[in-house]
Amino acid sequence: MEISGAEILARCLAEENVEFVFGYPGGAVLEIYDAIFKQNKFKHVLVRHEQAAVHAADAYSRSSEKIGVALVTSGPGATNAITGIATAFMDSIPMVVISGQVGTPMIGSDAFQEVDMVGCSRPVVKHNFLVKDVKDLAATVKKAFYIATTGRPGPVVIDIPKDVTQAKAVFEYPKSVSIRSYNPPVKGHPGQIKKAAQLLAEAKRPFIYVGGGAVLGNAAAEVTELVRLLNVPCTNTLMGLGAYPGSDPLFVGMLGMHGTYEANMAMQYADTIIAIGARFDDRVISNPAQFLSQAKKIVQIDIDPSSIAKRVKVDVPIVGDVKDVLKDLIAILKETNARPNEKALNAWWDQINDWRKPNSLWYAQDDEIIQPQFVMQKLFEVTGGEAIITSDVGQHQMFTAQYYAFNRPRQWINSGGLGTMGFGLPAAMGAQLANPYADVACITGDGSIQMNIQELSTCKQYHTPVKIINLNNGYLGMVRQWQEFFYGTRYSESYVDALPDFVKLAEAYGHVGMQISKPADVEPALREAFAMKERLVFMDFLTNPKANVFPMIQNGKGLNQMDLPPHMQSMQLVPFENNRDYGNLC
Amino acid sequence: MRHILSVLIENEAGALSRVTGLFSARGYNIDSLTVQTTEDPTMSRMTIVTHGSEDVIEQITKQLNKLIEVVKVIDLNEADHIERELMLIKVRATGKDRDEMKRMADIFRGRIIDVTEKSYTIELTGPGEKLDAFIKALDQAVILETVRTGASGIGRGERILKL
Repeated sequence: MEISGAEILARCLAEENVEFVFGYPGGAVLEIYDAIFKQNKFKHVLVRHEQAAVHAADAYSRSSEKIGVALVTSGPGATNAITGIATAFMDSIPMVVISGQVGTPMIGSDAFQEVDMVGCSRPVVKHNFLVKDVKDLAATVKKAFYIATTGRPGPVVIDIPKDVTQAKAVFEYPKSVSIRSYNPPVKGHPGQIKKAAQLLAEAKRPFIYVGGGAVLGNAAAEVTELVRLLNVPCTNTLMGLGAYPGSDPLFVGMLGMHGTYEANMAMQYADTIIAIGARFDDRVISNPAQFLSQAKKIVQIDIDPSSIAKRVKVDVPIVGDVKDVLKDLIAILKETNARPNEKALNAWWDQINDWRKPNSLWYAQDDEIIQPQFVMQKLFEVTGGEAIITSDVGQHQMFTAQYYAFNRPRQWINSGGLGTMGFGLPAAMGAQLANPYADVACITGDGSIQMNIQELSTCKQYHTPVKIINLNNGYLGMVRQWQEFFYGTRYSESYVDALPDFVKLAEAYGHVGMQISKPADVEPALREAFAMKERLVFMDFLTNPKANVFPMIQNGKGLNQMDLPPHMQSMQLVPFENNRDYGNLC
Repeated sequence: MRHILSVLIENEAGALSRVTGLFSARGYNIDSLTVQTTEDPTMSRMTIVTHGSEDVIEQITKQLNKLIEVVKVIDLNEADHIERELMLIKVRATGKDRDEMKRMADIFRGRIIDVTEKSYTIELTGPGEKLDAFIKALDQAVILETVRTGASGIGRGERILKL
């Protein structure tokens, strides 16, 4: 029996076990919405802006091992989705975005609500499709899900003209898919893995550097096993937080622009680095020349060959699925009993512990004014470190990454690559729908929250009881910090005048609002909010407007050239000592 | 350094724009690009002439391979290869230039494929440098118009790029 393209699409989504579609209707997708109305396999979540649909679908993917789906209409619906798609693309998040298109005879005629979505989205998708014939629709959807979720994951757009949704065909969902030009690698090269094991055995100052690829590749267990097997210091990137437990003593904190002193120093002075699903990007290693000025051997494990040796030369590249490669590496290490020299490793740990002592995340507590770091620490305590945390972009994002110890993967959801303000609230919505029983908190600021605040309405409609932690300092904090450091405190347009009354705003949307202005009230307020399991609570914390994120590496500086927090500036710090007893190794 | 890349790619709408979009988005150079379907009508073959450091060429190759529709990429520079380019050049052919143009075309093994009272159109094939040399050998005032295809390349001997 022949059914319409729209019905075929709905059947395809059901076949892919899609649970939620985040979307917004419009002219070009009316047929699809009619098909959605007539089915009960998946639910539709009506957002208030298409960008939010895509962020919600993205966070649905990030916070689970499932795949998010967004549906938008042609023209402005499609262009509104672009920021969300680019956000997912930069962080390699699997996602399928379906956009409506004007009818095929109208394409290219500047029709009402026409935009070349395949062209617009091309630079920010893993792949995209324009379906011109209803007979190709089911196979295209199958391919889209396959491409989005395999290899290095990423968003895939399917652009469907209105007449294709109306045309009829027999529905048959392909059981399998094979694309001759697309064969993502899985197993790493055994010879290369052996070389990596060999390098580890010869290392005096080994260091394990774990990125978002370990989270996306579901390799946290293997990362943890490797680190503990070798007893080697480990860092996570912003995207990798949770891949190795943040509370573990072998974890030296996040590295990079706002990483800890010990993580950055260890990265700089390690003689052997194992990079796992991490790409040595500019916010991590800063200046490659300065990074490489200290001789080091680098092993890089990544599923995407183009990520390997892109910014730094790599001694042992291993292309493959990180989980598989780590399993093989661990097996070899166990089999051969190859381990770093114990004496050298102990000396290396002594060095790292010397760097740890000054506690680069220490800050001066205040009785009168709330320090943003304090809110994060209390949030960690109150949620038992178990909440799923989404974040917007700015100082609050960095404070969260620094002070909330993420102990499991997919717990920390932020826009790391693109740095999209407005991501946090719709992401919290998506994460809550994927994890209905989890505590979900959105950490945001007075700037970011206003970039997608309309989603408070969606949260009401779908009963997503997320907790919004607004670190309200009246400034675009990160911009203000840079202006303080690099632009002679000329705070050009970084002060946000005329902020709304967030408590009343939350109440207007039907939620609970709270304002907290005293440090002593932080913990009780958090406890009260998280006790309201059924309600969205908007917590407006009035925080220190002058707080800065430390440590900080200025653009172009090396990892060992951090701007340190005030308490460390007068300290006598322990330098890297090459003559420590790293063992007499040849 | 100059490199010549051969790319097998699915013969699908939009595939070419993915390749050119990749080059512009990542700031790579395209010196020339030719494309046509192969003996298998579902597949096209591109020859891209580019230049850059070894690191850049490595990234270009990897990024091309990453495109879903790209089947295979080889860098022809890695072994012996042959390149050919076609040029059509229209020259003024009046007075003493008329014989001179005929002689020049013969020397360069070009063929005159269109004749009017005032002009010749010469077809010339060869590596890019030969075409450059021909242009250089002519009095610039006689050149009315040129059009070149860009290089097509193929490996020498048994080296074959196929699915």
